[in-house]
Amino acid sequence: MSKWRRLLLVNLTAPVAALVFAFAVSSIALLISGNSPITAFARMWEFGTRLDSIVSMVNKAVPLYLSALAVAIGFKMGLFNIGVEGQYRLAAVVAAAAGAAVTLPAPLHILLIIAVAMAVGGVWSGIAGLLKVTRGVHEVISTIMLNFIAFNLGAYLFSNYFRERAEEGGAGVQIPKTPEIPESGRFPSLNPLVEAFGFELRPGLSLQGFVIIAIIVGILYWLVVNRTRFGFDLRASGINAPAAQASGVNAKRMVVRAMVLSGAVAGLVGLSPLLGFFYRYTLDFETGLGFTGIAVALLGRNHPAGMALGALLFGFLSRSSQILDLEGIPPEVVVIVQGVVVLSVVVAYEVVERMVRRQEARAASQVMGDQPQGPAPAEAAT
Amino acid sequence: MTDSAPAIELQGITKRFPGVIANEDVTLDIRRGEVHAIVGENGAGKSTLMKILYGMQPPDEGTIRLDGAEVEFRSPKDAIAAGIGMVHQHFMLAEQLTVLENVILGSEPTTGPRIDLRQARRRIQELGDRYGMDVDPDVLLEELEVGQRQRVEIIKVLFRGAEILILDEPTAVLVPQEVEELFKNIRELTEQGETVVFISHKLDEVLEIADRITVMRQGRTVATVAPDEVTSRELAELMVGSELPTPDTRQTQAGEHVVLSLEGATVREGPRTTLDAVDLTLREGEIVGVAGVEGNGQAVLIDVILGLKELAEGRVRYGDQDITDWATRRRREAGIAYIPEDRHHEGLLLPQPLWENTFLGHQTDPELTRGQWLRPDAARRRTETIIQRYDVRTPGVDVAAHALSGGNQQKYIIGREMVAEPALLIAAHPTRGIDVGAQAAVWDLIRQARDDGLAVLLVSADLDELIGLSDRLSVILRGRLVAELDPSVVTPEELGAHMTGAAVEDSP
Repeated sequence: MSKWRRLLLVNLTAPVAALVFAFAVSSIALLISGNSPITAFARMWEFGTRLDSIVSMVNKAVPLYLSALAVAIGFKMGLFNIGVEGQYRLAAVVAAAAGAAVTLPAPLHILLIIAVAMAVGGVWSGIAGLLKVTRGVHEVISTIMLNFIAFNLGAYLFSNYFRERAEEGGAGVQIPKTPEIPESGRFPSLNPLVEAFGFELRPGLSLQGFVIIAIIVGILYWLVVNRTRFGFDLRASGINAPAAQASGVNAKRMVVRAMVLSGAVAGLVGLSPLLGFFYRYTLDFETGLGFTGIAVALLGRNHPAGMALGALLFGFLSRSSQILDLEGIPPEVVVIVQGVVVLSVVVAYEVVERMVRRQEARAASQVMGDQPQGPAPAEAAT
Repeated sequence: MTDSAPAIELQGITKRFPGVIANEDVTLDIRRGEVHAIVGENGAGKSTLMKILYGMQPPDEGTIRLDGAEVEFRSPKDAIAAGIGMVHQHFMLAEQLTVLENVILGSEPTTGPRIDLRQARRRIQELGDRYGMDVDPDVLLEELEVGQRQRVEIIKVLFRGAEILILDEPTAVLVPQEVEELFKNIRELTEQGETVVFISHKLDEVLEIADRITVMRQGRTVATVAPDEVTSRELAELMVGSELPTPDTRQTQAGEHVVLSLEGATVREGPRTTLDAVDLTLREGEIVGVAGVEGNGQAVLIDVILGLKELAEGRVRYGDQDITDWATRRRREAGIAYIPEDRHHEGLLLPQPLWENTFLGHQTDPELTRGQWLRPDAARRRTETIIQRYDVRTPGVDVAAHALSGGNQQKYIIGREMVAEPALLIAAHPTRGIDVGAQAAVWDLIRQARDDGLAVLLVSADLDELIGLSDRLSVILRGRLVAELDPSVVTPEELGAHMTGAAVEDSP
């Protein structure tokens, strides 16, 4: 079987089947709750494909995609970084404070904020890596624990050091927030691009420019994982750790490097809303992106394109579900779709993968044919 | 010892797997009280046949008769109930339990809700007396040696009332002395009326122990013969269907240049000294064999040379450099090649295509990489070379490694190591689990490596292989090199005696 056919078969059959299954399950849930699935999905589609919704979908997908990439880096070497949640939230708080504290020319200012966020995420995740190689603490345990520490450390720093003082914040009761990042530290939106195509966005809505960073990180991820020695060592360690070690990979160093890299990418997760929309960290800064990122990584099988589609799907679902409330349909049905699709896609991949593997073995055994002394002139030539 | 209806009669058994016919029209009769050997290469269908007989898989076609009555097994439970017991090649025992606990596990005799240990102990004692297999029921399994463990497995099967015992490659893990012991047990069993089905590919053993031998080839039974009718060579030719080579004749000149030397290499793991003051020298153009019962430090020795385990004492020298503190990668870059004992465990990335596997162990090879960047095109070219030069049968370089047969995987690994032009080759059990045809090819490749001037360290459990290939032979026992033997005069029995420590003092 050709490489491409295999790729197509595995990577499309499974998610499509899973998606169909997920919608079927959600339809049943809708029927049970006395709603028409056809109406619900029709309304979602109609609302979700409007221009505003598409822009919003992309904006929602960007942090999810970065989060998935962070998780996938760990997955590639068999490490389960559950700590993306804590890493990005701590990184966002510190980066917001750092961004507001300095004034630099625009590109430098943004780069500084990005560097701070990546450093915080990387260090935080690196702690889990170090604990694993020095003390044998499983990264699932340590990253979960580090999440709690990160939430509280973030809250402490926020309320004691980073929070904007009331007298600077103007009149009235306000929710706590960090000082605003000046213009030079904000990521430009892509609205001019949208308008160049002749579309008009409603005021207050913008296509966040950070999507460019997400795409670049996605491409870098693919290149590093598939085309560099580091990526090979990473994957080899994930697929077969003893073989990797015998081949010369320093397992301990690899664990730390992978965790730091994963955390550094996790640090980027919060920057899209921070630099493109809020310009400050507030108490209602978006949470849960790290955990959803795990689902997206599973959905996209750690493949940069697959995860992009997964992130867009999740973005679409969460945006289009907003219409359901207006129709009196519980929007939680979307959570069912998300949950079922992740579970069933994992199963579906495994099933399809096995089918392909069996087919490959068959093809190979045909070539190997009647060994050991079989003349097999045709095959010998290939 | 024979009477009218055979104990087991298989007729027209056929079993297909997707793309493979594992058994085709297999016919076999096993008489009560005989030792019936089933021989064949790996992949000849022995295991499938036994799984069918033991109820682990249903046949697609054909019938099984026990004492003339047709039976159908849905699970091993049915087979056990019918008096068939299986002793697996890989023991199904719990190390942390006693012999008694292991034996009764899953079929505990009870009085009310309690396990009747006294009854269990009595029955084990009885079985031991009856079949001449004495094992202390109260000793922990982890304290037993391999041969004794195997006896526990046999008692376990007898405890469940088996009258027909299937022994799957029972000698694979034993040294010659233990094999003798096992054969004594088998004879005892058949004298007491038990029937033994003995699966093996070691022909000398089969000729010694079996009353009748059935040969399988490519899923079919090709012949059933009595041991006094055939020689082991004829048997082997029945197995492969052609003439076959042997590991023989050396005509080597070991060079003067020392490639690798260990000086007092000592490894401690916890309280145990797993490698004890080992001195070893390898020169260019020679194969040094290391013989030993598994678990006596061979693996540690290899890890030390590869830099995977740290030395507590001693030095490792490679050429004129002291590499004791070198990381694994640096050693591999310097030309240490490795054919691992378990290719799935240490040698391959099974789900990855062959061309990606070519990077494994050669991630820094300047031909395959440019700085930090991999060069897939170069890896594909090299993989093509390996496939051609080392006769790897595969549909192409994009095939995942798991799709290849064991022999082809091994040829690929050897090729991958050899095309990088190493100076030292470490070969651990290079022919384990591959068929006779590929085995000969692997032996040739190792000999070729030696003739090309490499120093080769050969660790193996196959004594014929060690004697046939090695220029010098060392025996490792409890982490120490206890004897150096001349492979041109030593016999497998002598070697076995050294391996078990029975002959430490009177070595030549």
